[in-house]
Amino acid sequence: MNSNLYNYILGIADNSLILGQRLGELCGHGPTLETDIAGTNISLDLFGQVRSYFQYAAKIAGDGRTEDDIAMLRKEREYKNVLLVEQPNTNFAYTIGRQFLFDAYHLSFLKELQKSADLTLSAIANKSIKEVSYHERFSSDWVKRLGDGTDESKAKMQEAINDLWMYTDELFHQTDADKVMVEESVGVDVTKLKDDYYNYVSEVLEEAGLIVPESKYFHKGGKQGIHTEHLGYLLADLQYMQRTYPNMEW
Amino acid sequence: MSEEQIKSLERHFNERIANDEKIEPKDWMPEKYRKTHIRQISQHAHSEIVGMLPEGNWITRAPSLRRKVALLAKVQDEAGHGLYLYSACETLGVSRDELYEQLHTGKAKYSSIFNYPALTWADMGAIGWLVDGAAIINQVPLCNTSYGPYARAMIRVCKEESFHQRQGFEIMLKLCNGTPEQKEMAQDALNRWWWPSLMMLGPTDDKSVHTEQSMKWKLKRKTNDELRQQFIDQTVPQADVLGLTVPDKDLKWNEERQSYDFGEIDWEEFWQVVKGHGPMNKERMKARVGAWERGEWVREAAMAHAEKKQKRKEKQAV
Amino acid sequence: MSSKNWPLWEIFVRSKNGLEHRHFGSLHAADAEMALENARDVYTRRNEGVSIWVVESKHITASNPENNGELFEPAQDKVYRHPTFYDVPDDVKHM
Repeated sequence: MNSNLYNYILGIADNSLILGQRLGELCGHGPTLETDIAGTNISLDLFGQVRSYFQYAAKIAGDGRTEDDIAMLRKEREYKNVLLVEQPNTNFAYTIGRQFLFDAYHLSFLKELQKSADLTLSAIANKSIKEVSYHERFSSDWVKRLGDGTDESKAKMQEAINDLWMYTDELFHQTDADKVMVEESVGVDVTKLKDDYYNYVSEVLEEAGLIVPESKYFHKGGKQGIHTEHLGYLLADLQYMQRTYPNMEW
Repeated sequence: MSEEQIKSLERHFNERIANDEKIEPKDWMPEKYRKTHIRQISQHAHSEIVGMLPEGNWITRAPSLRRKVALLAKVQDEAGHGLYLYSACETLGVSRDELYEQLHTGKAKYSSIFNYPALTWADMGAIGWLVDGAAIINQVPLCNTSYGPYARAMIRVCKEESFHQRQGFEIMLKLCNGTPEQKEMAQDALNRWWWPSLMMLGPTDDKSVHTEQSMKWKLKRKTNDELRQQFIDQTVPQADVLGLTVPDKDLKWNEERQSYDFGEIDWEEFWQVVKGHGPMNKERMKARVGAWERGEWVREAAMAHAEKKQKRKEKQAV
Repeated sequence: MSSKNWPLWEIFVRSKNGLEHRHFGSLHAADAEMALENARDVYTRRNEGVSIWVVESKHITASNPENNGELFEPAQDKVYRHPTFYDVPDDVKHM
């Protein structure tokens, strides 16, 4: 098995998996029916992407594991998602802030992944990019809406951005698998996306009338499987059925 | 308007309905027609969005990715259906916010089946198979109801809903073909959802207050008892396919009637749940009210932004 | 309760190029952009559309059914506007 490629795919897919799961928690609890439906659409897009990635990863692993085994039967330390996406739905501003800070990255990442020498990955990127362009439009619109709206919404949006900011830098860290994959023209060199990302995010935040955080203290570790405490609970839900009733089909 | 004029309008109105003409929002309609429709359509809409909650609980715990996306899409459809129905209701001159207010204060009812808890994954199967099955029996005739916006909403709902029951049955089938533990889970879910599903089709005809008028307005094409019989007759053979036992010792094929005889329904339980004392009534309302209240600042912010944007635009134009 | 409720919008969707936009239903949104996004999420989930129009409901002026007599009935007997009004021998083709 090409373990670098396998790990590389997991690194991409886990972000969508965990974020999709977070959005799934909100289905039925949105501020309006319309926003509820929109959030679920994003979640469905992400899970669709996850399935393509994990089906490919399962093929590479070639040890009989399925997409579900990979998605649901790893230990906490084996999940490679960034810390940002596992942050909880504290309120709608956090949900939107998390989405926007991830979408802006995700979109630029997929644009590069389209050029991958790995045809399966470039095909998945090609399909996902349309979905993610919409996510980014949706979340940036909402950032502007909440930033501009009322004093209360501005304060809440600012607080969410301030709290989530420290998880953004990790998006641009390279793992060992990343480096090998970049060398083989399969992977995306995320370090090169960083400047554009902060420029763009700052532009949107400024348009929303929000202050771009100046903090230079960033958290990292997700990509190495060292997560925040939030992830364990999320996985307990995600894995509940597979753990309680092992080796069954559903 | 004189009483006589109203009588004449009403006669004309009833003739139109009898001739299968549709009534549209701006048409004259008897006040009772309007009120009855607001009540029924909003109750239907409320049922859709409260119905999201028991299934929504299992989205994060769905056993596979395939099941997870299917369940997400289904619960999302319910939000969509609630939305279509609220929109239909709004054409009668009542706003969605007023309807929410009625739901949140307990003035409006919703289908009491959603006051039962969804305890295991098999409940996702049983709800889809039985609850959606019963709902479809109720809903299909409504595609032809007299009020145009309601009929159009129902056509859309029925079209989209067709996958829901199949999804539920497929979940059950997979469990029944699985391990003994899985089959037991399926049987347990059937045991718990069977009777509430029968109750879902409404009180017996002799206890049902709205039937006659509703039949005339095509809000109802068959009586509750007829619908219930239809549901039982079509569902029992499906349970046989699954190899599950319907939890009714009096259930028996009646050769003469070409229908199933069935046991006594516990109507006391039904009325208790309707009156707010079901296992989940309080939690369901708390979840709805909570979502609405937590969303208030969001809705306000969006309006404030829209107004500011409009003003900026006007300023630029000057 | 807040009085700042999102207004109602009417949604028109073109299901494929070559067809007209058809009224699909309505929904609530704070502004036109949001109405478009919501319409996309609510009414085109099953690939039902290629183009969307949104109009705030209050901007629609509707005819009053009470005037239906004067508005529409006069057209009922103008049979000469329809091709079947005119007699043409059966053996005349392409007409």
